[in-house]
Amino acid sequence: MTVQLHAHARAFPIGGPIIEVQDISMAFGGVKALTKISFDVRKHEVRAIIGPNGAGKSSMLNVINGVYRPQEGTLRFAGEVITGITPRRAAHLGISRTFQNIALFKGMTVLDNIMAGRNLRMHANFLEVAFRLPRALREETENREAVEEIIEFLEIEHIRKTPVGRLPYGLQKRVELGRAIAAEPKVLLLDEPMAGMNIEEKQDMCRFVLDVNDHYGTTIVLIEHDMGVVMDISDRVVVLDYGKKIGDGTPDEVRANQNVIDAYLGVAH
Amino acid sequence: MAGFQFFLEVLVGGLLSGVMYALVALGFVLIYKASGVFNFAQGAMVFFAALSFVGFMELGAPFWLALPITIGLMALLGLGIERFVLRPLVNQHEITLLMATIGLTFVIEGVAQLVWGVEVRRLDLGIKDQPLPWLADNAGLFISQIDIFAAVVAAILVATLSLVFSRTKVGRALRAVADDHAAALSIGIPLKRIWALVWAISGVVALVAGMLWGARSGVQFALVFVALKALPVLIIGGFTSVPGVIVAGLIVGAAEKLAEVYIGPSVGGGIESWFPYVLAILFLLVRPEGLFGEKIIRRV
Amino acid sequence: MFYREAGQFRTSYGQDSQIFPLRQDRFAMLALLAVAVVVIPYIASDYWLRALLIPWLIFSLVALGQNILTGYAGQLSLGSAGFMAVGAFACYNFMLRVDGMPFLVAVVLSGLCAAGVGIAFGLPSLRIRGLYLAVATLAAQFFIVWALDKFGWFKNNDPSGVITAQPIVILGYAFNTAQEKYLIVLAIVAGLALLAKNMARGATGRAWMAVRDMDVAAEVMGLPLMRTKLQAFAISSFYCGVGGALFAFAYLGTVEPSAFTIDLSFRILFMIIIGGVGTILGSFLGAGFILLLPIFLSVLFHAVFGQTVDASLISAVELIVFGALIIIFLIVEPHGLARMWQLTKERLRLWPFPH
Repeated sequence: MTVQLHAHARAFPIGGPIIEVQDISMAFGGVKALTKISFDVRKHEVRAIIGPNGAGKSSMLNVINGVYRPQEGTLRFAGEVITGITPRRAAHLGISRTFQNIALFKGMTVLDNIMAGRNLRMHANFLEVAFRLPRALREETENREAVEEIIEFLEIEHIRKTPVGRLPYGLQKRVELGRAIAAEPKVLLLDEPMAGMNIEEKQDMCRFVLDVNDHYGTTIVLIEHDMGVVMDISDRVVVLDYGKKIGDGTPDEVRANQNVIDAYLGVAH
Repeated sequence: MAGFQFFLEVLVGGLLSGVMYALVALGFVLIYKASGVFNFAQGAMVFFAALSFVGFMELGAPFWLALPITIGLMALLGLGIERFVLRPLVNQHEITLLMATIGLTFVIEGVAQLVWGVEVRRLDLGIKDQPLPWLADNAGLFISQIDIFAAVVAAILVATLSLVFSRTKVGRALRAVADDHAAALSIGIPLKRIWALVWAISGVVALVAGMLWGARSGVQFALVFVALKALPVLIIGGFTSVPGVIVAGLIVGAAEKLAEVYIGPSVGGGIESWFPYVLAILFLLVRPEGLFGEKIIRRV
Repeated sequence: MFYREAGQFRTSYGQDSQIFPLRQDRFAMLALLAVAVVVIPYIASDYWLRALLIPWLIFSLVALGQNILTGYAGQLSLGSAGFMAVGAFACYNFMLRVDGMPFLVAVVLSGLCAAGVGIAFGLPSLRIRGLYLAVATLAAQFFIVWALDKFGWFKNNDPSGVITAQPIVILGYAFNTAQEKYLIVLAIVAGLALLAKNMARGATGRAWMAVRDMDVAAEVMGLPLMRTKLQAFAISSFYCGVGGALFAFAYLGTVEPSAFTIDLSFRILFMIIIGGVGTILGSFLGAGFILLLPIFLSVLFHAVFGQTVDASLISAVELIVFGALIIIFLIVEPHGLARMWQLTKERLRLWPFPH
């Protein structure tokens, strides 16, 4: 499957580095998840992280948004050092993410889930909400408008009032994407957004991811296993294996990298 | 010197009462280890077991007959619980199962009351509730024979169960089931039979605890609340550790008694009602998995 | 064919997010309130008011508090009776020690006291969850009742051990009769229920449910976990505290620690399980159910067995039925009566057509 990306001029040309990972190392007890990883992510680009299973890709994402704390190394966001920040602070800085195993709020509807994603923009306290004071009502309506735009964008109008627990897997992933972009993030971390999808669902998802990048200018960092997808939609790729970086460059460069080929074919190295 | 003597007495008294808590908590641990269910109704089961035993004896059955009948009854109860309460709820959230066992508590209490009535009963094990003469004379310590007997029984029970869990094939199967039901099924472990076995064993443990406790303070409804005290024991010991339960029981029993005697008077007494729980909270804040429990890792 | 939304279009987001979007529902609610305020005080007997309606309203309020904490925010709590006790004793002491303290102000202050205690005992929730948290709330329950009993100051050092609650006087008017007490309780409970509904539907409720369903994801989205959890504890305890104050002043007439046992905490938990966890309506339905069941059983027994039934027998059967119902509801309809009502409404919308 092919997606036309570079055929038109970008609305947001790729800029300087927004995320800089420098010699990041992290271990769980005796298991070294990441060893001296260094790479950067440029503003407005689509950066893929790939690698065989267990390579440390999810751990890398978790470090970037503060869920894990690295033992060594530096993490920079827009020039500012943010190593060891909390996930909450990362959210405030504009880093949003989705999870491999769908972390939606199963007890809530699609609409409520995505509205929850707007929480950083809603400042009314509980008393204002309880008494329906003007600020609370105004915020509710304004954010509802923004969320409806996202719902329209992701073509999920027909299920907006459905509890997410009842939705099929593919739609749940789409809702999770919606919730992540509801925060209008600068950087979007996607952990295997297309896992478990069939070809049509993948095409839709690719379209949405690219539209988010194109329309809102959001920098995308995604973990993905489907090579076709990675080659088609990413600007640059980082390859991890056993917690180490073994490749970094454009899709074509990485595809030709012998280390990468060996890693995937399981050749001892 | 007299002060130390007194302290020793209080301490030992606390430790022994802790043994009792541990016995009740043991039933919890067994079921939790094997099925991941926290059986809130364990205390009610202890009460029901003791009551039934005494009831059968009152109906004329001698000791050696009443005992196996009650054991059989408890095993049946366990099977019934597994079949009618747990199996329909098998994949639900753990809180749902907990609430179901709270409901179960009420049912068991009600049945006990319905069948055997509400009077307090005495349970006679043939052991006098008097200080052991040897200890009283030689060390000046007044410790009840029943308490000592209970401690010995508890030690034997814990040792046996620990060995069963760690050394035998059945024990291994139980641990596999506790870890992952689906995986255990897929390697051919007869899940239902294992659960039935665990609930039966737990019923027997409840009976032992009930008999010992009943011998000490009579078989009465308040026994059900003793079960609530088992919760701090479980938290401090770790929900999945058999030896942990004993250690934690000793800690809770001793701490509770010592606090009551030494801190109690300055605040009017009655500290026992809440002290173990506060102790448990402190433990949770410092060491959430308990002394011997498995560390809980949450992966994203 | 009567209960349909045909022809009812919502043209703004404000309209879409009303409590009762359907015209029929709005009408039904207003009618219900009208009956409750105007009709009931005239036709209901004193017994009905004192023994059924007033406690139902009060327990609905407490169940609301429990629902906010356990149902919406997912923090399992077994200490609601303890927070009720704080409210009851606080109200008594405010009325006693502050000259000319208006009743309603005392009630609000009692709620705030309960909220404070709730926050204190909710602090462990920042580090522990699930069953462990339940044990921490048990600590609250036992400690609070012990403290209120032990320290005579709370009871004004009254040696008799039974304190009579002061009469309810608002703006010079004494609320003494059953009807008057019923109306004041109705006003307070209806008002607080409305506030709870608004919070539950809005950003506050979403934050709670996010923490309940997946707190890691909530944190990653920027939700302040600590603040949200403590807020849930505070608001929940406020509701329980107000409920406790009303329980002592408008129902029991006395203020005593022994009215707020662990047994009561369990019953409140049962109310929300049977009524519907995480719903406002469920709190009312569950409270009603738990209150009515003993009466229903008692009437049934007397009808079947005549007057010679032993009280302990009935209480034993009551325990069994309670426990069995909890289990049955959890198996068959875990979302409780509220969901059953919702399903009924959905069928009504189709009636008389099959689908």
